[in-house]
Amino acid sequence: MTVAVHLEGITKRFPGVVANDRVNLTVESGEIHAICGENGAGKSTLMKIIYGMQPPDEGRIEIFEEERHFSSPKEAIDAGIGMVHQHFMLADNLTVLENVILGAEPSKGSLIDFATARTRLRELGDAYGLDLDLNDTVETLEVGERQRIEIIKILYRGARILILDEPTAVLVPQEVEELFRNMRELKAEGHTIIFIDHKLDEVLEIADTITVLRHGRSVATVDPADVTAQDLAELMVGSELPTPGARVLTVTDQSVIEVRDISATDEVGAPRLRHVDFSLHSGEIVGIAGVEGNGQAELVEAILGIAPLTSGSIHMHGEDVTEWSVRQRREAGLGYIPEDRHRRGLLLPAPVWENSILGHQTRKPFYRSGLWIDEQASRDHAESVVGRFDVRTPGVTTPIHALSGGNQQKLIVGREMATRCNPLIAAHPTRGIDVGSQAAIWEELRRARGEGLGVLLISADLEELIGLSDTLLVMLRGEIVARLDPAEVSPRELGAYMTGVAA
Amino acid sequence: MSIVREPPMITLRDTVMQGRRRWLVYSLGAVLILAATQMFAKQATDDLTSSGTWAIALAWSVPILMAGLGGLFSERAGVVNIGLEGMLILGTWFGAFGTMIGGPWFGMLLAAVAGGVGGLMMATAAVGFNVDHIVAGVAINLMAPGLTRFLSDLHFSDRGGSITQSPNISGVSSFSLPIFAGGTVFGWKSPDILGSIENAEVFWLSDLAGIARGFVFQMSWLTLIAFLILPLSIVLLWRTRFGLRLRSCGEHPHAADSLGVNVYKYKYYGVVISGALAGLGGGFLAIQLSGLYKEGQTQGKGYIGLATMIFGNWNPIGTARGAILFGFTETLRLRDESAAHALLLLVAIVVGLLLIWRILRRSGRLGTVQLAIVAVAVGYWYANSTGVPNQLPAITPHIAVLVVLLFATSRLRPPAADGLPFRKGDT
Amino acid sequence: MSRLRAIRRVMGPPVGAVLLALIVASVILFVSGANPFVAFGNVIEYGTRLETLVESFNRATPLYLSGIAFAIAMRMNLFQIGVEGQYILAAFVAAYVGAGVGSLFPPLHVLIILVVAMLVGAAWAGLAGWMKVTRNVHEVISTIMLNAIAVGGVVSFLLGRWSIETASLDTRLGDIATTGWFPSLNPILELVTREIKRVELTGFILVAAVVGIGYHLLVNRTRLGFDLRATGTNPFAAEASGVPPKRTIVLAMLISGAVAGLVGMADLLGDQHFYSLRFPQGLGFAGIAVALLGRNHAVGAAIAAIAFGWLERASGILEVRGDAPREIVTIMVGVIILFAVIAYALAQRRGRIEAAAAAAAQVTEASGPDTEEADT
Repeated sequence: MTVAVHLEGITKRFPGVVANDRVNLTVESGEIHAICGENGAGKSTLMKIIYGMQPPDEGRIEIFEEERHFSSPKEAIDAGIGMVHQHFMLADNLTVLENVILGAEPSKGSLIDFATARTRLRELGDAYGLDLDLNDTVETLEVGERQRIEIIKILYRGARILILDEPTAVLVPQEVEELFRNMRELKAEGHTIIFIDHKLDEVLEIADTITVLRHGRSVATVDPADVTAQDLAELMVGSELPTPGARVLTVTDQSVIEVRDISATDEVGAPRLRHVDFSLHSGEIVGIAGVEGNGQAELVEAILGIAPLTSGSIHMHGEDVTEWSVRQRREAGLGYIPEDRHRRGLLLPAPVWENSILGHQTRKPFYRSGLWIDEQASRDHAESVVGRFDVRTPGVTTPIHALSGGNQQKLIVGREMATRCNPLIAAHPTRGIDVGSQAAIWEELRRARGEGLGVLLISADLEELIGLSDTLLVMLRGEIVARLDPAEVSPRELGAYMTGVAA
Repeated sequence: MSIVREPPMITLRDTVMQGRRRWLVYSLGAVLILAATQMFAKQATDDLTSSGTWAIALAWSVPILMAGLGGLFSERAGVVNIGLEGMLILGTWFGAFGTMIGGPWFGMLLAAVAGGVGGLMMATAAVGFNVDHIVAGVAINLMAPGLTRFLSDLHFSDRGGSITQSPNISGVSSFSLPIFAGGTVFGWKSPDILGSIENAEVFWLSDLAGIARGFVFQMSWLTLIAFLILPLSIVLLWRTRFGLRLRSCGEHPHAADSLGVNVYKYKYYGVVISGALAGLGGGFLAIQLSGLYKEGQTQGKGYIGLATMIFGNWNPIGTARGAILFGFTETLRLRDESAAHALLLLVAIVVGLLLIWRILRRSGRLGTVQLAIVAVAVGYWYANSTGVPNQLPAITPHIAVLVVLLFATSRLRPPAADGLPFRKGDT
Repeated sequence: MSRLRAIRRVMGPPVGAVLLALIVASVILFVSGANPFVAFGNVIEYGTRLETLVESFNRATPLYLSGIAFAIAMRMNLFQIGVEGQYILAAFVAAYVGAGVGSLFPPLHVLIILVVAMLVGAAWAGLAGWMKVTRNVHEVISTIMLNAIAVGGVVSFLLGRWSIETASLDTRLGDIATTGWFPSLNPILELVTREIKRVELTGFILVAAVVGIGYHLLVNRTRLGFDLRATGTNPFAAEASGVPPKRTIVLAMLISGAVAGLVGMADLLGDQHFYSLRFPQGLGFAGIAVALLGRNHAVGAAIAAIAFGWLERASGILEVRGDAPREIVTIMVGVIILFAVIAYALAQRRGRIEAAAAAAAQVTEASGPDTEEADT
């Protein structure tokens, strides 16, 4: 058996950090090779190096036993390597066909030979169960379909080595199974697959070989038959694995948010929320589960007051706030940890201290009577958030974009907690941050709940939802389709509700 | 399940083939409205549909069309090009200068090169150094008039021109299509079929013939070439490898990059082509339309071209439609005051029809009320006046741009990464 | 150390851009047959005369106001290209009203004219703001169109109707009575200098200074300024933080337009005292250059305005001495702007990288290399 990819002593430094530190990796031809490691372990960087997107500072790369120095993805593609990125690299406004052939267009003279392209794509589509109108724009497609287009895209280029960066992160369990079926087919045809994942049961199910990265170093290469999930977890973290942990009931009968039969539509009138109705109490965490795009984002916007309702009402602390502006709601104590911190949560070029009062700039002590922002009080506040929530920053005047994602997230969580808001909307509060910070945030949420905070938790991490919530609601197509007791539900069952398989 | 919005997808088939039948109906209807307006107009005019008007209108639409297509190439590659106005200005000066030293064809060449250099500067700032696109464009627009004024002082002042204008220059010759518009073939004066129909003064039919004749009658070779650039652009952008790659840079540059497309290269190409087209438009304006370079002669045509492209939904055909509309109003201003007055009636009728259509479609009260007010106001104005102030036709394109954008923006779809900075590796 | 670096980062780009523009201008001068050293020597000699300096400040005053008007909107990421149309329309209407009211108690007369100008400027800019928030019309397009409508349509049409008969060929409105004139600062200035001939330092420079200070306080110290900047850097985060986006956009356009209304007042109240076809044009676009070079900063814009004002006035000598057309200055301004925006973009990127490195180093010190680069 030949070796498809062989890396020796790969080192990659970024300003102030070593992302990959003398990494070694050997991938046999025709195997499925999993790369595991927690966030920030250097997996993505390593994949980008193999794919020619970033040159290594040191080290040797061999592809099919031949030394290579890729200076661009194009060269990697020519060498038979293809990569599916975690964030899909598809242009929404181009057609499926255009997306696939881009960069490798068959031509007749100077014109694109669409007929040939179509024929080739239909062959590939038949082989991998892609039944799509090639003239559809990508924006009309669902996540699973997009992922398959990404795979077709690299097969179209004749890739023999497929790199999949966290392919399962965006899929529900049922879709994961389909992906795995496809992966096995590809393997049977002799393709080599390298994939990144940190869901251990999945890795154990599909991989032939597993390499674990930790702190930018390759710490072990193991056969899945020889290890348990616990072993892998310890290799990844190097210490004990955090879990959302045990539950103590602190729910009171004092309602902080009541959502009464609300409905909403998007700007062209298509329904996004249908008769959503629930209440959140002081000391309670209500979890919202659902595949992304099923109304969670709209629910959050409705409670925040960004998007208008078509019917129903929202009450906070017993008062009808349906007609209130975002600012009135926030002044009344509504806290918000956004799903996408860069989009909704931060002013990236602004200093840490300004970010630490964002959303609370109209409240004392940051806002003095009259017109003025109290800079000193705001800075003091920032210092205390930074200290209490272990935000690693050179100072409160550092622009927030300089901080790592985890530290940015800790600042957001800290800002909402330290200003003693209640209720709190927490959308994906631990997405994309390292395990240590994740545990800290969970702990903080749980502590605040004990002090009477009501939390609406939206998350794609089913373990997090089940582990933290007192009540679980499942959203599908803008409706709440199930109310579950987290103590009695498994991630698999939850997945079935989320996709509408169970009802 | 995602609830899918109707995507205003633009493919070659859409832009050219599919819309054909609908286009025919729209065009016939539009001519009918024009003919009716003319018939009811208080002051007799036949200039709304005469071949003379339309031949000139077509020529006056060229600078706007070129600027609009220029904007298209740039924005499809993801660079917002507010600097078109400056590139147009460069085109006017260098077009006139080139004509003085080497004739109109050389002038056009020089205009394109000058515009292209302007585009290159813009691209260097906006693509190479990631300067905000609007800032970079504004910088070009600030620089271009200064440069042309300086150069005028050096080269025109002592040759019969002045610091603000060049000496008179002459453009290229015109032709009429044989048989249809009475052109000559090898000295034979062919019949003028459309002309005969136009002169027959049959309602609607003669109007149709008049407009059609406008497209083939006394057209300068430069106008013809300009209008050939339109289908060429469509083929280039939607049928070739180059076009697909260029568009992908405007939609998702990182995707293009990940497939080995050199995003910087295509963005540079897009902006340089954009500048060259704008330069051509400027050259045409100076050489063919004005017969000289004159400071301020672009009158914001670069911006109008950009606006035309926007409400043409980043689509070449839509851009051309807008350009011809503005060429038409410009022509009425130059040609005939009673036609300009009839334009008021035309606006009232069109808005009225739009209103009826909206009521039939039951499309919401918003907008309908405003439309009704506009229709009544313009109609009242028309009925109680015998002419319009000469400023009105001049600012008609600007008002039209605002009105169209006020009513149409929700259906517009720019390239997804339009105006965003791109840096390789930042995802 | 770091202070020195900060100064270099702030001052480096504009100084570098000016130097590069000087080189470009030298090359042009050289190519067109003049000796650059002699030419610049002439400019400096002429430019340091008291009268030239006074004229430079007179020119800088409207430039500064125009720059600030642009900068206010720019802090919210609104490209307010409409200052040009706003100030001309405002000056026109204010001149009409100012002349129409006859003679009044002086401060009141001036105040009425200023208020009218600010209201007109605000209204015209507010129109663009309204189009943006209700119909999502991009402000670049709408303000450009409104410029053409204001200057080529409204002012041109009404000037034709309202103009008075005079001996000169100029189409113009009536004179504003002397009670509506803004005082000159010459008497005060002459306390420390010799007598100033021919020119008068406009008192409006004080208004410009007040506007500059007000702008600085508004943007950097007030809650409204915080909301404004928040919306400018990230409208989505600002909205989630409770900033009403539509109201803030309209408000920013109104304030910007009100300041734009003042742009023409230095000339109207301090110099011309009537509106005519020859009223200064192009100040709105020049203000964009001021704001870009001054980085939307109150002091930076002041330096930029004075620099541009001086360049423009001092360069007049080039033509007198036959060295070169004075339009070389417009080229220089263009070059300065182009180089400055490029240099700022580069400096900003370097600043970002340095800050990221500093933050990463902090993390590394604290806990070893387990946190990777800032997330993507």
